[in-house]
Amino acid sequence: MTSWLCFGLALVLAPLLPGVAQRTKSWLTGRRGPPVLQLYWDLARLWRKGAVFSSVAGASFRLGPVVFAASGVAAAMLLPFANNPALIRFPGDFVAFAGVLALGRFALVLAALDTGSSFEGMGASREAAFGSLSEPVLVLCFAALALASQELSLSGMLGPALPSWWAAGPALAMVGAGVFLVTLAETGRVPVDDPATHLELTMIHEVMVLDHSGPDFALIHYAAALKLTLLGTLLAGVLVPAGQAAAVVRIAGWLGGLLALAVAIGVVESVMARLRLARVPQLLTSAAVLPGFAIILLLSRAA
Amino acid sequence: MILALILIPALGAIGAYAHRQVAFRTAWLVTVAAVHLGLVLVAWNAPPQPVLGGWLAADPLGLVVLGVVSALFLAASCYAVGYLRRENPRGGRAFVTCLLAFLSAASLVALSQHLGVLWVGMEATTLALAPLIFHRHDRRSLEAVWKYLVLSSVGIALALLGTFFVATAQFAAPASDRPLVLADLVRHAPSLHPSWLKAAFVFLIVGYGTKMGLAPLHSWKPDTYGEAPSLVGALMAGGLTSLAFLGIARAVQVMAAARLASFAEPALIAFGLISLVVAAAFVLGQSDLKRLLAYASVEHVGLLVLGLGVGGAGVYGTVLHVVNNALAKGLLFFAAGNIALATASSQGPVRGLSRALPRTAALLVVGLFAASGSPPFGPFVSEFLILRAVLDQGHLFLGLAVIGLLLLIFAGMAKSILGAVYGEAPAGLSREVEDAWVLAGPAALATALLVLGLYIPPAVGRALLQAATAMGGHGP
Amino acid sequence: MTPAGSLLLIAVVLTDFAVLATSRLSTGIRTIGLQGLLLAALPVALHPAWSLHTAALAVGTALVKAGILPRFLNWAIREANVRREMEPLIGYGASVLLGAAAVGVAFVVAPALPLPDGRGSLLVAAALANVLAGLLVLTTRRKALTQVVGYLMLENGVFVFGLTQTEQVPFLLELGVLLDVFVGVFIMGIVVFHINREFDSISSARLEELKDI
Repeated sequence: MTSWLCFGLALVLAPLLPGVAQRTKSWLTGRRGPPVLQLYWDLARLWRKGAVFSSVAGASFRLGPVVFAASGVAAAMLLPFANNPALIRFPGDFVAFAGVLALGRFALVLAALDTGSSFEGMGASREAAFGSLSEPVLVLCFAALALASQELSLSGMLGPALPSWWAAGPALAMVGAGVFLVTLAETGRVPVDDPATHLELTMIHEVMVLDHSGPDFALIHYAAALKLTLLGTLLAGVLVPAGQAAAVVRIAGWLGGLLALAVAIGVVESVMARLRLARVPQLLTSAAVLPGFAIILLLSRAA
Repeated sequence: MILALILIPALGAIGAYAHRQVAFRTAWLVTVAAVHLGLVLVAWNAPPQPVLGGWLAADPLGLVVLGVVSALFLAASCYAVGYLRRENPRGGRAFVTCLLAFLSAASLVALSQHLGVLWVGMEATTLALAPLIFHRHDRRSLEAVWKYLVLSSVGIALALLGTFFVATAQFAAPASDRPLVLADLVRHAPSLHPSWLKAAFVFLIVGYGTKMGLAPLHSWKPDTYGEAPSLVGALMAGGLTSLAFLGIARAVQVMAAARLASFAEPALIAFGLISLVVAAAFVLGQSDLKRLLAYASVEHVGLLVLGLGVGGAGVYGTVLHVVNNALAKGLLFFAAGNIALATASSQGPVRGLSRALPRTAALLVVGLFAASGSPPFGPFVSEFLILRAVLDQGHLFLGLAVIGLLLLIFAGMAKSILGAVYGEAPAGLSREVEDAWVLAGPAALATALLVLGLYIPPAVGRALLQAATAMGGHGP
Repeated sequence: MTPAGSLLLIAVVLTDFAVLATSRLSTGIRTIGLQGLLLAALPVALHPAWSLHTAALAVGTALVKAGILPRFLNWAIREANVRREMEPLIGYGASVLLGAAAVGVAFVVAPALPLPDGRGSLLVAAALANVLAGLLVLTTRRKALTQVVGYLMLENGVFVFGLTQTEQVPFLLELGVLLDVFVGVFIMGIVVFHINREFDSISSARLEELKDI
């Protein structure tokens, strides 16, 4: 029951996070910024509009946003929220989780290529390249979690079986750092991609979806926010020690973790500039080393 | 007495630095060197008492190494008199100071029974030699000293790690044992933790092997020997290699006592063989004389380690070879130094030395035959002993390979050196370079080599035998 | 192994990765200074009983490794007028991955070397990891000053290991390691100064006149 509640909460609260990040960034740079609920109004506005489809685009273009959103929802069903078991769980479901998210990205990439425009193609190639670099990091983080909790299902890994901070603190911290960097890469935030840039040549994600409009565009925005929420849940599950506390406490912890993530993203966007695109693989390789080292630590402790 | 051996050169170094007159400095250098050698000879006859709670003592192997280093140093200081007369850019103050500091540090290494103190001495020799290599202050010597510094520092750091590992291995030994003291280590060797000892041995052989110039850790050698002044090269090739060998020998002593010799020996033999191969490969076609000598040094260092690895009578051959190698290298480097003084460079093909610098050419040819192991010189005996031990142990292919490589090296060296000695002499080589000072040292070394090839004095033989036995070998 | 000690050792290994991944010399030097600071805190964390020796060692280490040496290296950077490292011999991504492999090797080998008082293998593993990472930086970087940073990392690894010994081998040796590092880096810095004056660059790729092949 609580699982369904949390699932619904996640779906509903997803658009809040980018708003919080944007508001934090505005405050830190001395402005007031848009309202926190801005993305909800934007989604509503976009939903009411009509869509324009290019005459050369085919089925992939129309399917892209739908598959992207559907993959987000499907991944939400696999993820345990606030230490409650996920709606769908089986041993090895973390692979399905990563795969479903990758499916969404793949659908968007296909849609971008389908338009035949060079801007979208450039964005698609960058997205695919950086995605192929952030996937191993995510898998390594899952491997570390599996080692730490001795469970093969996400519900187990982020549940009570995860060792406490006292037992495996440094390893958990490094896995958390790895997940944070994956989040930044997958959701297209600084230092991988600056969402506020208006220069197409510097964009990765925004330029990929340049030609979508209306409800399709709304789906894409929503699904991107949902992806942020899911990865944020993963991060909160690793870092927030909920343990066996009551359901309300756990849900509060989860929501607090999401909020903290959004604020952290806002802070990072304010203090850093985007990395040169050639340096992003370097960043992601260094990000891979963090959960790798956590795995080494966990293995040596187990040995 | 032991403290005197270490402190007198140190005080001499301070004195050389403090005094202003140039001429005084060289006299001071020779005096201190002579006093030091005298003290060493006294110590040979009447072994002094250990000091500092057994940390410093004069054991047979240490005395052999110290004796050879001291004798080489005396020859070098005589040579320095003639050298500094001609090539003395800045008054020679740093030069003489660092030389004497090197002697002090070398005495420390040879006399220490504490592995930590041995390390400190090796580090001190590294630092003392750096300004000496950089004596000419030009581009090439800068490059040489940089490579030397980086590689030597890394080697020394790894040796320190190995020393720490040995200390950790001692945790199972009785608590009354003094940590890192050789006698206690050997006495209770079987109770030392084997994994730590093995790891320690690996780091020690890599670390001290870098200082010695074992291949593949030898890449600093050709550059350094090529660019340093010749007498510094002589001290390094004869003195520093023997000191670093001492470090490895101490490690082997402990390993042998801990019955882990079967772990140590393959490593030693492998390093020795690789050094011989590398030396043979690079000696052929080497036109620069001092670089040629550097690769010859790699060869001899490989032989030393090979003899140690083979064990048995090979150890005796190795200890004898320490002496012979030092003398032969000193001889060759001094001769090369004369050529450098006369031509103002030793690179590029020099020719016609037999006409231009006849005495130097004679010394060079003697050195060639000595260093490549021809009778009737000393190295022949030691190399023969090592080879015989190799074949006695049944390593037939190894023995044949070593013989083949030695022949190759002889061919390469002979080609370069004989090519330099014969032929038309170029104009401008002044014979006045060959004064008594620069000839006395090498001539004495050549004589010693000849004597050692024909007859080993009983005192020397006894010391060698004791040293060999201490490392788990036996006499010829 | 106290939790503070474990945390410090893990942080030391993370600083190794940071040095391997950075391309800016000043960042590398700052990271090595940070590593020196962590190492200064280690004796205090490992020996909960306070003594004059521990305090003196901590203060001395902090002074040398986190104060004097980074300042000296920064002076050398300003003299040589360099800021960035050139592309290293094997690329930054490969360096980081090799560094991870080296750390893995260190952690695999460490349990075979048990410490006498059963303090867990983290100390030995961190020391070995530092040594291997230092060797990696030394061999794959082209600028002379970065090689000095690699040498410092190597010595830091030896220092970490030396901390296991402080009961048996006197503190004198630990201070000896400090002195060794200090003098070594000092001399290297002077040589780098000369190199810069002579060659107008401190890329060791220029130091290639002397070779045989």
